[in-house]
Parts: sequence; structure tokens; C-alpha cells
Amino acid sequence: MSRGAATVIHRCLTLSRGVGTVPDVHGAPAVAATDPMLPRVFSVRSRRQDTADTFTVELSADDGNGLAFGPGQFNMLYGFGRGESAISISGDAARPETLVHTVRAVGTVTRALETLQPGAQLGVRGPFGSAWPLAAARGRDVVFLAGGIGLAPLRPAILAVLAARAEYGRVVLLYGARTPADILYREELERLRARLDVEVQVTVDAAAADWRGNVGLVTRLVHRAGFNPAAAVAMLCGPEIMMRYSVLELLQAGMAGADIHVSLERNMKCAVAFCGHCQYGPELICRDGPVFPWPRVARWFDAREV
Amino acid sequence: MDVHDLESYLAGHPFFSGLAPDYLALLTGCAANVRFEPGQAIFTQGGAAENFYLLREGRVALAFPHAAAGGVVIDTLEDGDVLGASWLIAPYSWPYDARALTTTRALALDAVCLRDKCDEDPVLGYDLSRRFAAVVVERLHAAELRLTDMYANPAAPQVSTGV
Repeated sequence: MSRGAATVIHRCLTLSRGVGTVPDVHGAPAVAATDPMLPRVFSVRSRRQDTADTFTVELSADDGNGLAFGPGQFNMLYGFGRGESAISISGDAARPETLVHTVRAVGTVTRALETLQPGAQLGVRGPFGSAWPLAAARGRDVVFLAGGIGLAPLRPAILAVLAARAEYGRVVLLYGARTPADILYREELERLRARLDVEVQVTVDAAAADWRGNVGLVTRLVHRAGFNPAAAVAMLCGPEIMMRYSVLELLQAGMAGADIHVSLERNMKCAVAFCGHCQYGPELICRDGPVFPWPRVARWFDAREV
Repeated sequence: MDVHDLESYLAGHPFFSGLAPDYLALLTGCAANVRFEPGQAIFTQGGAAENFYLLREGRVALAFPHAAAGGVVIDTLEDGDVLGASWLIAPYSWPYDARALTTTRALALDAVCLRDKCDEDPVLGYDLSRRFAAVVVERLHAAELRLTDMYANPAAPQVSTGV
């Protein structure tokens, strides 16, 4: 196993219960706040507009320390004077000195974050929650299935798998977006698609006549993808209705439910399992999730009220 | 591909899985190899639905031609997919365009011939109707899911996708 992959997997295990301190892979100090309710101050280093309503910021801590995390974990981003919002980390776990978040402007806090320009400050609490099962996926085929902005929480896992490519079997990325203009990380997807050791398939729900790519539900990509369902691990993130039907396709293809993992999203407030805002059946998504094995949450997907 | 190969291909295609050998032979008699170049129309909206296609290779876009921005692509199909169900139901006309996005090879089945056979042999007609119903229901369900606009920004006003 490469050093990078080992470190990432170590982080996934170490951080799966919440905030912790993790050794850094590249030598720079990487710490998490000891008081999980106390934000650290970060500054915006760069900002990129990804789509009409989605942007990516690269942050660095004002105290000079990095922020170690496991792929799949999230932070609470604090727009001073506006409030906090739970945002998955979308950067490279092997580079904890650079914290990357891709954010969709949907509410008061995220719209405030949208206005931050390089040099501006914000608060960060985290990382919180569980991580993608990269250790369990080692030696197996890996299927990443994302919809819309759901590609952002999967990006750290994709980067970790690519950094240790030889440790995994076939790697498949299936991605669905609303229209071609809504495709996230488009240039990165195109670069990834050019690789010979990764299968990338993208589809959109609607497109103009000049679009030459796929149109249709992302679920339909499952049966076209080249992987062994009996020896694969799937990681899904996107709208719950998309994940529900994607899971059905994966099960129909022959995957075991326990090999399918989903990332859930709920309104988070404290992020440390005190307030109960993110309760999902018996689970608290901030503590027990956001990444769950499918069998653990399957019954709640069909519940009319949770 | 000779007649024997055609029959073997049809027999091995999931769409015709379990079809009685006599019917396979009949379908083989109605099948022809066709090829479309990128950009070439396979059929156009309002045209007579006189065939259906089993795609062997390539990718095909289904599009409403008169919508905004020069047309809206509503679906794409690939190898192994079945193209066209309008031959089965009156008025037997295509509701949209089908255009090859890449070099596309397919088997075209003569629907006029098949309709007559189905009228003469209700067992065959029922069998084919059920197979096409499964395809149509699957695509209808996919269209229903897309109607939910699942990727839309929940904070944004409900607007068209702009295409």
C-alpha cells in the first residue's frame, strides 16, 4: 500500500467518531480543534465559480496548522455574523494544509459564504462524522455514483483511490447532473476520463441539441458500467431519491447491500450529537454519519416521515 | 452477418430472451442490418413508424426538434437498447427524432410485416406487446423521476432547465 493511501485509511478509522488530532502525511502540522464547539479562523486563499450556484474555496488556517480529515467528513463553516452551515470537505486528504470546500448557495449562510473573496476570514469547526470505507474497498472494484453536488463529498475518496490506484480493482465513476451547465468539476472529469485505468460516465437529465453526451437517469449507467458486482464497493452521494433508485439498480446488478454506502444530509446545528437537529430514525447524522452502510439506513429511505 | 448469425444475435439479445424458436425465425426474416453515420437521422418526428431497432453499436439521441435552442435531447440509447415502440400502437408515427451521435449499427425489424403477423397470431402479438411494455414502463418511470427535477437548487424558484 502506498504511504498516502495508508494515511488516508488511517484517518478514516481515526476520525470516524468525530473531531480528533491526526498526524500529517507531508510533515506540516495538522490539527483539529480540541473544543469541537470552538471555530478556528481560516482565510480564503482562492475562490472559483463552478456553476451558476456552486463555488469552490481553498482555505488555509490563520494559525498555520492544517486540518486533517477523512474523505467523507464535513466541517461547520461559520460566516461571521450570519451563522454556520455543514459542508462536506471536497479537497485532498493528503494535503491537510489546504482545506477545500465546494458549496452550493442555497440559504442565508451559504449565500454569505458565496460573497467571500480571497483574504476574507471565516470560522471552521471540524472535521466531523464518519468517512467513506476506503480500507474495506481495498482490493475490490470501486463504484462512485454521484448526482449533482453529491460529487463534492466523493471527491476526497476519488483522490485517495487514485493516489493508491494499484490497491484497488476497477474504478468506476458514474455521475448525473441536471444539465451540461450544471456538471461539477467538468475539467477534472474530462481529465479523469482520459485515464485508461478509470471508467467515467456522465449523464444529464436534459440537454440542448448540441450536447453529444448521455441524456437520461444516472441509474441507467449502472448496467453499462464495467465492474464485478460480487466484488465491488459502491459509494453514493446525491439527492436521496437518486440514491434510493441507484441502490436498487446496484442490488439488481448483484451487489450486496452491505457493500453499498450512502452519504446523507440533514440540517446540522451542533455537529457533535447534542442538539438532535440531524436525527434520522435512531441515528444522528452528524455523529453516526454522514456516511452509512446502506442496510443501516435502508428502512428510513421509504419512511414517509422520519 | 448472415441469416444464421442474425438469428443467433436475436436469440442472445436480452429483449428476446425466452422467445419461442419459431418466433425467432419469423423475426429473423423481418430483420436487416443497418448503419448510420454520426449526425444521420434514423427517423424523424411525424414519420411513419415502420421499424424498430436493436442497437448493436453506437449511441443515438432522441430529441424533440422544435423546442427552444434548436431542440431538446430527451434520452440517449446505446448498444443493447431497443429503439422505437411507436410501430406497435396507432397512429404508428414517431413522436420525436432519432439521430446517430456516433457511428451506429443496428438491426432494423420490419414493423409492418410484424404487425400483420401479430394480428394473425395473438400469442406472438401478446408476447411482443409485453416485451415492449416493459421497455416503455421503464422509460416512463425514468421520465417521472426526472420530472422531480431532483438536482434543482431547493432555494431557487422553479424554472425551466433552460434548454
